[in-house]
Amino acid sequence: MQAQGILVVLTAVYLGILIGVGIYVSRAPKTPKGGFLTEYYLGGRSLNGFLLAMTLVATYTSASSFLGGPGTAYNQGLGWVLLSVIQLPSMYLTLGVLGKRLAIMGRKIEAVTVIDFIRERYDNNKLVTVSSAIFIIFFLLAAVAAQFLGGAILFQSVTGYSYVLCLVFFTAVVMVYVTLGGFMAVALNDAFNGVMMFIGTVVLLAATIKIGGGLPALMTKVAAVDPQLITPFGRDHFISIPWISSFWILVCIGILGLPQNAVRSMAFKDSAAVHQAIVIGTLVVGMLMLGMHLVGVLARALVQPVANSDMTIPLLAIQLLHPVVAAFVLAAPLAAIMSTVDSQLIYIAGTIVKDLYLNYINPSAPEDTIKKISRGCTIVLSLLILGLAIRPPSMIVWLNLFAFGGLQAAFFFPLVGGLYWKRANTNGALASQLSGVMAFIGLTAKMPRPLGLHPIVPSLAISLCAFVLVSLATPEPKTETIKKFWGCP
Amino acid sequence: MAKKAFEEDPRLAQCNKEAAAVLILLVLNILWWSVFAYGFGSRPVEHYTYIFGLPAWFFYSCILGYIVFSLAAYLVVRFLFKDIPLENTETSKGGEPN
Repeated sequence: MQAQGILVVLTAVYLGILIGVGIYVSRAPKTPKGGFLTEYYLGGRSLNGFLLAMTLVATYTSASSFLGGPGTAYNQGLGWVLLSVIQLPSMYLTLGVLGKRLAIMGRKIEAVTVIDFIRERYDNNKLVTVSSAIFIIFFLLAAVAAQFLGGAILFQSVTGYSYVLCLVFFTAVVMVYVTLGGFMAVALNDAFNGVMMFIGTVVLLAATIKIGGGLPALMTKVAAVDPQLITPFGRDHFISIPWISSFWILVCIGILGLPQNAVRSMAFKDSAAVHQAIVIGTLVVGMLMLGMHLVGVLARALVQPVANSDMTIPLLAIQLLHPVVAAFVLAAPLAAIMSTVDSQLIYIAGTIVKDLYLNYINPSAPEDTIKKISRGCTIVLSLLILGLAIRPPSMIVWLNLFAFGGLQAAFFFPLVGGLYWKRANTNGALASQLSGVMAFIGLTAKMPRPLGLHPIVPSLAISLCAFVLVSLATPEPKTETIKKFWGCP
Repeated sequence: MAKKAFEEDPRLAQCNKEAAAVLILLVLNILWWSVFAYGFGSRPVEHYTYIFGLPAWFFYSCILGYIVFSLAAYLVVRFLFKDIPLENTETSKGGEPN
C-alpha cells in the first residue's frame, strides 16, 4: 500500500512536468519564419542533435518494448533478445538514408508533413494524397489506442485504480500539452521521457543482476528451467531463421516507411544535429532494447510465470525493488507510451489539418482559423482515442505490429522510392501503396507465416513490384516536379 | 530517362554517399549479428561456452555487436559525413565547407 502511494505521487509529479512543458512552450517566443504551421507541426525546424535523437527513439520505442517484448523474452529466452537487437541500426539507418535528403527536399517545397512531400513529388495527385492521409489516420489511431490501453492496464494492476480512470488521466495530460505546445512540446517531453526510459532500463538491469547473484548464476537458473531458453531459437523453434530474418524488414529497414518517424527528418536544424543524433540515437535505442529484453529473460530465474506475460517487468520491479526505485522503473513503460502517443497524436492532427483541410477544404484559411482548427482537432482526436481505448486488449505487441506493418506497406516505396528514384511516378506510388496494404492485411489475416516469413516481407515485395512496374509502364513524372526536388534551389 | 534539363543540386550527391555508407554499415551489422548468433548458437547447449556468464553466441552477437556498431556509427559520421547547409539559400550551392 505504501509502495502504491509513492507510485501515485511520483506519477502525479511526472504528469505535472509533462503539462508544465506544454505551458512553457506555448508561452515561449516563437521564431518568426515559417509561421504557425511549421511551428506547431514541426517545431520550426529547430531541433538540435539531442532532441532529434530522443524524439526519434521515444516515438519509435513503444509499450511493446517494455511490456509485451520483455514478456515474450521471458517465455522464449535469449532468442527474443537477439530479435530485439535487430532494432539497433534503426536510428543510423533512418537518419542516414532519409535525414539530410528529406531535410533538403522538404525545405525546397516547404513541406510540413510527409504527405506534403508525397503530394508534391507525385504531381499534386489528389488520389495518392487522400489515400495516404486515410492510411495514416486509420493505422495511427489503432496504434495509439493500443498504446494507451497498455499503459492504463499497467496502472490498473499496479495502483488498483480502474484502467478507465487511468485512461482519462493520461488522455487529459497528453491532450493539454500537445494542444498547447504542439510539436516542440512533444519533442521536449520525448527527450524527458527518453531519459526516464534510459535510467529505468539501466537501473532495472543492474538491480536484476545484483539481486540474482550475478549473470552466471542467473543464466544457470534460466537454463535449468529449459535449456532452449539460452539458444537463439526460442522454445520448440518458435524463433525460426526465416521468421527472425523477417524482422530485419519489419523493425529495422521498414522503419524508413513510417511517416511519424520520417517527419522528424524535416524537423532538425542543421547537419551537425543529424550527425549527433545518429550517435546518441544508436547508443540509446541499443541500450533500451538490449537491456529491457535481457531483463525479461533474467526474470525467468527470479519470478514465477504470470498469466499475462505483458506484466513480467512491472511484477519484477514491484516484487524485487525498493518502492521508490520500482516507481522509476515503472515510469519507463509509461514514458514509452506517452512519448509514442503524443507524436502520433500531433501527426494525425497534422494530417487532417494540413493535408486534408488546407489542401482540399479551405486552402485560404487565415492563420487564426488554422490555429483554432489545429487545437480543436487535437482535442477531438484525444477524445476519440480515449473512446477507442476503453476496451480491454490481450497481447499489445501483436495489435501494435499490425498498424506498424500496414504503415510500412503504405509508405515505404512511395516515400523512399520517391526520394531516390526520379522515374517514380504517381501511378506507381498508388499501385505500390494499395497493393502493399491489401497484401499485408490479407496475409496477416489468412497466412500468419507465409513461407515461414512475417507477412511484411511478401507485402513489401509485392509493393515494390507494383511500384517499379507501374511506374515504368506509365508516363514519367512532370519535368518541373523533378526539377523542384533535384534542381538547385 | 529524359535528358538532363537542369543542373542537379550538388548537395544530393553528398547525401547519396552518406546513405551508401550507412547501407554498407547495415549489411556488416546484419552479417555480424547472424554469423555470431548462428555460428556459435546452433551447436547443442551442452557444448556452449560462456563469457561473463552469457552464452558466447549471445555475448558476441548482441552485447559486443551493440558496442562495435555504436562505435562504427560514430566513426562513419565523424569521417564520412559532411557538414552541408540544408537551407534554400544561394550559398548552399556546391557548399562543402569540410
